[in-house]
Amino acid sequence: MLEVSGLTVEYATAKGPVRAVDDVSFSVDRGEFLAIVGESGCGKSTLLFAIARLLAPPARVAGGTVIFDGRDLVTMTDKQLANIRWQNLSVVMQSAMNALNPVKSIGAQFADALAAHGLRSRKAVRSRSEEVLGLVGIDKVHLKSYPHQLSGGMRQRAMIAMALLFTPDLVIMDEPTSALDVVAQRSLMTQIKELQSRLGFAIIFVTHDMSLVSHFSDRLMVMYAGQIAELGATRKIFDNPLHPYSRGLLEAFPGIRGPKVPLTGIPGSPPDLSIIPNGCRFLPRCPDKIEACETTLPVLAPAAGIQVRCLRVATKVSEP
Amino acid sequence: MRYVLRRAGFFLVTLWAAVTLNFFLPRMMPGNPAVAMMAKFHGRINGQALTALETLFGVNTKESLLAQYVGYLHDLVTGNWGISLTFFPTPVSEVIRTGIFWTLGLVGVTTILAFILGTWIGAISAWRRGRLIDSIAPPLLVITSAIPYFWVGMMFILIFGLKLQWFPWSGGTNIADTPAWNLSYIGDVLDHAVLPSVALLITTVGGWTLTMRNNMVTTLAEDYVRMARAKGLKSSRIMLDYAARNAILPNLTGFAMSLGFVVGGAILIEYVFNYPGVGYMLLQAVQNEDYPLMQALFLLITVAVLVAILLADIATAIFDPRTRSAR
Amino acid sequence: MKFYKAITRSPKATAGAIIMLAFVILAIAPGLFAHDSPTAEIYVRNLPASGQHPFGTTGLGQDVFAQAVYGTRDVLEIAIGAGLASTLIAALIGVAAAYLGGWVENILNLFTDVVLVIPLFPLLIVIAAYMHNSSTGVMIAVLTFTGWSYTARQLRSQALALKNRDFLAAAKVRGERALYIIIVEILPTMSSLLVAAFLTNGLYDVLFASSLQFIGLGDPNSTSWGTMLYWAENNEALQGGFYLQAIVPGAAIALLGAAFALLNYAFDEIGNPALRRVPVARRRARVFPEGRPPQTPPDERRELPVRRLRRA
Repeated sequence: MLEVSGLTVEYATAKGPVRAVDDVSFSVDRGEFLAIVGESGCGKSTLLFAIARLLAPPARVAGGTVIFDGRDLVTMTDKQLANIRWQNLSVVMQSAMNALNPVKSIGAQFADALAAHGLRSRKAVRSRSEEVLGLVGIDKVHLKSYPHQLSGGMRQRAMIAMALLFTPDLVIMDEPTSALDVVAQRSLMTQIKELQSRLGFAIIFVTHDMSLVSHFSDRLMVMYAGQIAELGATRKIFDNPLHPYSRGLLEAFPGIRGPKVPLTGIPGSPPDLSIIPNGCRFLPRCPDKIEACETTLPVLAPAAGIQVRCLRVATKVSEP
Repeated sequence: MRYVLRRAGFFLVTLWAAVTLNFFLPRMMPGNPAVAMMAKFHGRINGQALTALETLFGVNTKESLLAQYVGYLHDLVTGNWGISLTFFPTPVSEVIRTGIFWTLGLVGVTTILAFILGTWIGAISAWRRGRLIDSIAPPLLVITSAIPYFWVGMMFILIFGLKLQWFPWSGGTNIADTPAWNLSYIGDVLDHAVLPSVALLITTVGGWTLTMRNNMVTTLAEDYVRMARAKGLKSSRIMLDYAARNAILPNLTGFAMSLGFVVGGAILIEYVFNYPGVGYMLLQAVQNEDYPLMQALFLLITVAVLVAILLADIATAIFDPRTRSAR
Repeated sequence: MKFYKAITRSPKATAGAIIMLAFVILAIAPGLFAHDSPTAEIYVRNLPASGQHPFGTTGLGQDVFAQAVYGTRDVLEIAIGAGLASTLIAALIGVAAAYLGGWVENILNLFTDVVLVIPLFPLLIVIAAYMHNSSTGVMIAVLTFTGWSYTARQLRSQALALKNRDFLAAAKVRGERALYIIIVEILPTMSSLLVAAFLTNGLYDVLFASSLQFIGLGDPNSTSWGTMLYWAENNEALQGGFYLQAIVPGAAIALLGAAFALLNYAFDEIGNPALRRVPVARRRARVFPEGRPPQTPPDERRELPVRRLRRA
């Protein structure tokens, strides 16, 4: 249903173009839950907005294609996109307080989206709005409420309800739970998963919290410095993370059961994307480097049923 | 509601401050202008006006400062604003009444026009950032807003009045006309209003445009605007309903606050064009050392600005739901 | 210096800076440009422009060009003097209000707002009227007294935003006193905003001072541009056809005002980076012919810059 190939996004800066997303390719099937994980600044949010064609200058798509339902979103005009927007592809953002218009009531914002696609009859608008609110468990009286009058969790659920107004094929979520406390996070995730099984839409879920998506996602994509580091079925990656970065991420989370293990973080910090090294971008922080890592950029290659961008893994695989 | 009450409270405090300032100013000035003025008019005005002046300035009275203050407040509230020296023996309140409509008409209408026009241009400039209109309008308006009002007025008189003879450039109407609600009178009024109005418009539009543009640019970066794009809303809808509506909120209060500046400009414009409004009157009062009239006008102008600010606050309460449920 | 860069990067600000520089030079050494004394009433009255008198003469027989040149000093004195003074007062009050908080903040805020709301120009007129023909010093004092409140408000909201930053908490923990923190830590961080405030105040001071002089409340013997306009109006210059007497001083005021305003553009953009000019994004996405974007060759790879530690 969604096929991303070679997508590259650049930011124009005073020092020249900076590549926030570098040659990313992956696909999403109907009803699938794909989680994208990575540190702040790795390019995951930029990737999302690029797919949804929501980038604003100084960012722009510098190359690649995004085939959605057989059509390339990258080359479509705004007019052509308007049809697809929200009907087939909707977005849930990180902070509902910022993503909802503070001077319009929830109901008015729902009606906006509906009207933009031709649904204007008062009764139809109202009934559909109440329906989606019911889906997320919000009382329909809140159609008249303003965003600041709702609690954080409710706001977030209202955003999700809005995203489902047309039961799209794909819902893109950019860290929708980051602004919530742990309990609310869990309850929201469960609700999202339940809605997905009920309505059958696919989800691309971006987060920096790997443990959050471990139970809910079908496939997992780990991003680093604008590139895909590892991509594959969630269970496989959790059971046996091949990329040193993924390993580091997993080892940073304590398990509830089992013996107490000292927590290890990943030393160093994310690289400056305006300076692109020749070899592997993870090199400065990698505990497993080999000589070739300094000069050769590894490619995303299959290994043990998933895809990994690591020279050591690649050389190990090619060894007999 | 609490918001409105708080603003009303502020209104009262400032009103009190202005009134008190008005009371103390002549008493604080070096050289005691009151005494100087009294000496000047001593032979020329009768006992009643003289006494009134003495009360107003606290000269030659045995009363304590506090008693004078109370008396002053009392006079103020009961409409006893003294006798004008310029238009002797007309009481000040009556003098003001003749001028106020001219000013309200000219300044009021022009300011509202400038606000609407400026905000509109500002919103579009921000929306089409980097394109032609954004490169032209803001810098042009920055320059026009740096030009002194009275100079624009003088240039207008020169070009459109004297040289091209398109519009009259003095007075509110032709002196020969008698006021009447007929077409020719109204037409004449409008005719005389064009030059001063456009001069005022040109110099004030710049401020609105720039603030609105800057506000819009910040608003356009907000997440909810991006969300509106994601929903597939039409461009015009996004610009108006999501961006402009939020961007204009800080402007509403700013609108009222800079009325103070507009009033200043209005005074000068009326002076340059001999327009018979309260601004012109204020300057006449100054030149004639007509302190009672001057003081009353100052207070009047202050009150007008305060009322406008209060109205703007109420408007903000109406348009911004967040203020309504403020703690 | 980041100010220098900001000015040179924006064409509007560069224009403003050049104009301002020209005026400053005129103010410092007027004698180099004008060969007459501005007050000498020795010429034939109301002459039009000529080689001897580039801008003609006034109704009293003075050389307009000389007046314009010498007048620069007067105007700049007022603008810079009052501008600096009101910015300083505004900075102290605004930042103190933000930083000290509590009842101090409430009182200072109320005071600021009340002064802000009282209409400036009528107040100026009233004060100037009482004072009868104010000299430059008085003019500066009056302008300062009425002009600080708007800037104080702006600076206060900016200081509020900075209030909770870590470097301030660090200073407090070090045991520094409030006044020290305000002057040494907070104000320098707000430097671009302070400059912008100074420029705004300068602009308004030029306009207000000229306006007051125009209606006769300045010193009629001074050589300022506003006073020139006052005399031009008295002389009925427009009706009489002696246009230059009115055009020249007004144009000078407008030009200086524009210089302040244009310079301000640059500092607005420093303070709010969202306002900076961005190139309009190209619509079509480029597809690389070889499928890969070009890489940095090894010899051009730069070292990561080592950031110097800030002096504690």
